[in-house]
Amino acid sequence: MTQYIGKPINRVDGLDKVTGKARYAAEFNVPELAYGVVISSAITKGKIVRIDASDALSLEGVLQVFTHENRPKLAWFDLSYKDQDAPPGSPFRPLHDEKIKYSGQPVALVVAETYEVARYAASLIQIEYEEEEHETSLEANKDRARKPKSGLASALKPPPPKPRGDFEEVFNAAPVRTISRYVHSVEHHNPMEMFATTVVYEKKGKLTIYDKTQGAPNSQLYVSQVFNIPFRDVRVISPYVGGAFGSALRPQYQLFLAVLAARELKRSVRVSLTRQQMFTFGHRPATNQTIALGANADGEMTAMYHEAISETSRFEDYTEVVVNWSGMLYPPENVILDYKLVPLDVYTPLDMRAPGGVTGVSALECAVDELAYKLGIDPLEFRLKNYTERDMNEDLPYSSKELRECFRQGAERFGWAKRNPEPRSMRNGSNLIGWGMATGIWDAMQMPARAEAVLMVNGKLRVSSATADIGTGTYTVMTQIAADTLGMPVEDVLFKLGDTELPLAPIQGGSWTVATVGSAVKAVCEDLGKTLFKLAKKLPGSPFSKVDYQDVVFLDKSIQLKADSALRVSLQDVVDSNGGRAVRETSTSLPNMLQQRKYARSVHSAVFAEVQIDEELGTVKVTRLVSAIAGGRIINPKTARSQIIGGMVWGISKALEEESVMDHQVGRFMNHSLAEYHVAVNADIHELDVVFVEEDDTIVNPLGAKGLGEIGIVGVPAAISNAVFHATGKRIRELPITLDKLL
Amino acid sequence: MNSFSYVRPDEIDVAIDDLSVHHAAKFIAGGTNLLDLMKENVERPARLVDINRLPLQTIDDTAEGGLRLGALVTNADTAYNEQVEKRYPLLSQAILAGASPQLRNMATNGGNLFQRTRCYYFYDTDMPCNKRKPGSGCGAINGYNRIHAILGTSDSCIATHPSDMCVALRALDAVVHVSGRLGERTIPMADFHRLPGNTPQYDNTVQPGELVTAIELPAKGFADHYAYLKLRDRASYAFALVSVAVGLDINNDGTITEARIALGGVAHKPWRRPESEEQLVGQSASKEVFQLVADSIIDGAKGYGHNTFKVELARRAIVRALMQASKLEKIS
Repeated sequence: MTQYIGKPINRVDGLDKVTGKARYAAEFNVPELAYGVVISSAITKGKIVRIDASDALSLEGVLQVFTHENRPKLAWFDLSYKDQDAPPGSPFRPLHDEKIKYSGQPVALVVAETYEVARYAASLIQIEYEEEEHETSLEANKDRARKPKSGLASALKPPPPKPRGDFEEVFNAAPVRTISRYVHSVEHHNPMEMFATTVVYEKKGKLTIYDKTQGAPNSQLYVSQVFNIPFRDVRVISPYVGGAFGSALRPQYQLFLAVLAARELKRSVRVSLTRQQMFTFGHRPATNQTIALGANADGEMTAMYHEAISETSRFEDYTEVVVNWSGMLYPPENVILDYKLVPLDVYTPLDMRAPGGVTGVSALECAVDELAYKLGIDPLEFRLKNYTERDMNEDLPYSSKELRECFRQGAERFGWAKRNPEPRSMRNGSNLIGWGMATGIWDAMQMPARAEAVLMVNGKLRVSSATADIGTGTYTVMTQIAADTLGMPVEDVLFKLGDTELPLAPIQGGSWTVATVGSAVKAVCEDLGKTLFKLAKKLPGSPFSKVDYQDVVFLDKSIQLKADSALRVSLQDVVDSNGGRAVRETSTSLPNMLQQRKYARSVHSAVFAEVQIDEELGTVKVTRLVSAIAGGRIINPKTARSQIIGGMVWGISKALEEESVMDHQVGRFMNHSLAEYHVAVNADIHELDVVFVEEDDTIVNPLGAKGLGEIGIVGVPAAISNAVFHATGKRIRELPITLDKLL
Repeated sequence: MNSFSYVRPDEIDVAIDDLSVHHAAKFIAGGTNLLDLMKENVERPARLVDINRLPLQTIDDTAEGGLRLGALVTNADTAYNEQVEKRYPLLSQAILAGASPQLRNMATNGGNLFQRTRCYYFYDTDMPCNKRKPGSGCGAINGYNRIHAILGTSDSCIATHPSDMCVALRALDAVVHVSGRLGERTIPMADFHRLPGNTPQYDNTVQPGELVTAIELPAKGFADHYAYLKLRDRASYAFALVSVAVGLDINNDGTITEARIALGGVAHKPWRRPESEEQLVGQSASKEVFQLVADSIIDGAKGYGHNTFKVELARRAIVRALMQASKLEKIS
């Protein structure tokens, strides 16, 4: 029954958010709260020789200054510091010792009665360093590139497949070839909400922690292991997250510092980071890519080489899937895909919206455009000619792939047929106009998750799972699924998340939440339905005494006979018969691995972009953007569209503006503010159009839904780069495309 | 941020006296820049003298046919003032090209003159900066200098002045009125901001204890032929990479009789070269003439790596702004 699934209902948490009722990690207030301010390292590599905190400590209201010199003894083994998203290596430990491993590393925490005093005290602390030479430039150190270490993470982030065919021979013999190099530098997530943790110190040292996280259970695991506290004494709550985009997949250092201070001072402590400090942890890694493509004269792609070299830290091997997409999207039989890392004196990179995907596809889809131009074939036609129904890496069929329909509907909506293929051929007054397109792809994953459903004595339904809602619409979508499964109005359904007392769910990432938690919600509501039906059968004079479960439906807050809706029992009557107790079920949903592993499972998109360029001044305006998405079943077209639009806006931002610029002489990101790290503003955004293509998929998960968190951004930068080429005849292979590159 | 004392006097004399007798005191009006700098520990005043209650809140006609902008009138109220819009549209446009509506609602005319540079190294107290800490060196000259100066630089500083408003004020030959313990004086915009030389810690020529009370606009507003062109890394809420304020007088037969061209984003002060402007006088508007003038204005410009593109960008921007002001090209 789908009264709500597929409908554009408003966000159930919308009112709380716009009225300020929704509270975020730094907004939970308790009596006697102390405030911590973090001091960041002034150098990039070396060691702390001396810390003089005497002036700070003598200030009234200062409680303590924590440094590596006075921190308590903590867990010894690396394993204890590994969170659920930790890559192979040795996780960074704040205040561990005197060593400085990257610029901006937290070196001290000042805790005081007020935030103002803590901040002032922080400015009085003198730290002497002994500097060592650092290496932060990917370009200058690319000769050190090596294979990444493998670890648990490689299950979700498979390394490139083995070479197939004979690339070298076929490429060298190919009549049409391109070789290009693509570069982009570091980007930071910069969610609106800064990282913050409020640790409430409860009786007997129990901790209630309000943390900014994409997975409350992940923060709980980390705190429990590092500080050796039993799980039951650490409760992590995170009902709302003011944007994260991947940055909260791992616990950040303010969590560690707030917990450390609370335990040492035996009182509640809050630590919030500043905007500048938002540039002192994970980021999208700088990446250099080389792509060589060969085609025969008919325009069939025959050879493909895609190599990516990314940066990582000296202590962990963060990896992304950058090059594998090429082998999934195109059919050549002679392929080399390669991925290497260069360890540098930076913090470990971290997943950022479509990690690796937007990186690899941005380069691949430009290279494909270059090849199409060399062949003299329309870029869209070229992609249709080289369309593949199978994932060529794994040699598996797709569980569903309506990309062809994305191309068709997107092109029609955009008016692609009216395009003059000649570069520099289209104008609007004195401005050049360019039309470009690109493909997008991302995984459609499902993970195990648990959920609980409770029909409460007042007849309302409460469903819960310890997942997160980083603004994506999880609250709303889960409410819809639960409401439809048990025939309840959404007003009578309450979905709870972001609390470690709720049934376990994985971190919110990888675009898997709807598929994962949605399946768990569906399963637990079905299980609850069965239990309710059993109770209904036992009611005195029950119309269902001789009826089987498959013969009833849940509709209008009641159980009804499918054949005769007049025969019904209200859910209120059912719960009333349960001796004054609510009726509850907890279930686990597991992906059907046996079935899923026979298929490649992906979400696809086709993106069409129009740019207007003032050639003399180099300014680029993205005047139109159409994104056609094949994302399986769309649970809520409104929140889904918002997800895609958010990705498109970011795609524009990434293509034209975003870059964390490091001064390699000092090894520090210099534009560490939102005034100088440019993200797109309203004035940069013009017409955005989203098309959802119908796609039926019975394999990906019981809902048939594919995640939409990442796919919105994936094809956008390449579509814009290609449009810039069409407008100007200039191929800009280094993002962002700032005006100086077009002068 | 350090702790500081705070007063809010009602009279100009009291405010000036208070500032003069207290160590490390600073005036605060809209606070849109000073508070940021205090949070970053770049500015560490011991006392803030809040001038928001001083009677400097009006825009009035002057006897000379110009307009006197009170120092405490907000940027937004100035930009949308009917007289400013009608007689000085160049100024109105320049103000609206800057910051965001929220900031312009808070920022004052006086405060705008005192905006400090956006140099990354100036803002980061862990980095060397001769402007913030004289003698500590310049991180930008051999570092990341995309937003830095190409004209009038020195070996100790290549910072720019970030204001849009000041570029228009410079083109309009505005005059700044200041008041101090020794009385009142006026400073032409040409002399208000300065080049860094060996003392980049001084942004302007206002003396300690002096208070800006008003900005006076001369009668001539170039309302018929003007343009403010701002080039930046995004369409709004970004400082200028290069901006150009142009005012032209063109008589009935199409001859240019007067020209003003001021550049922002390229120097430690709004940049003008009157002898280049002179070249336009007596000429008819044409792209060729404008190109010659543009070359002349940026003569001697020097890039430092990341900002080298600004030399060519400035040249093109001058030509474009002149084309727009002379109505040879529409403003898009």
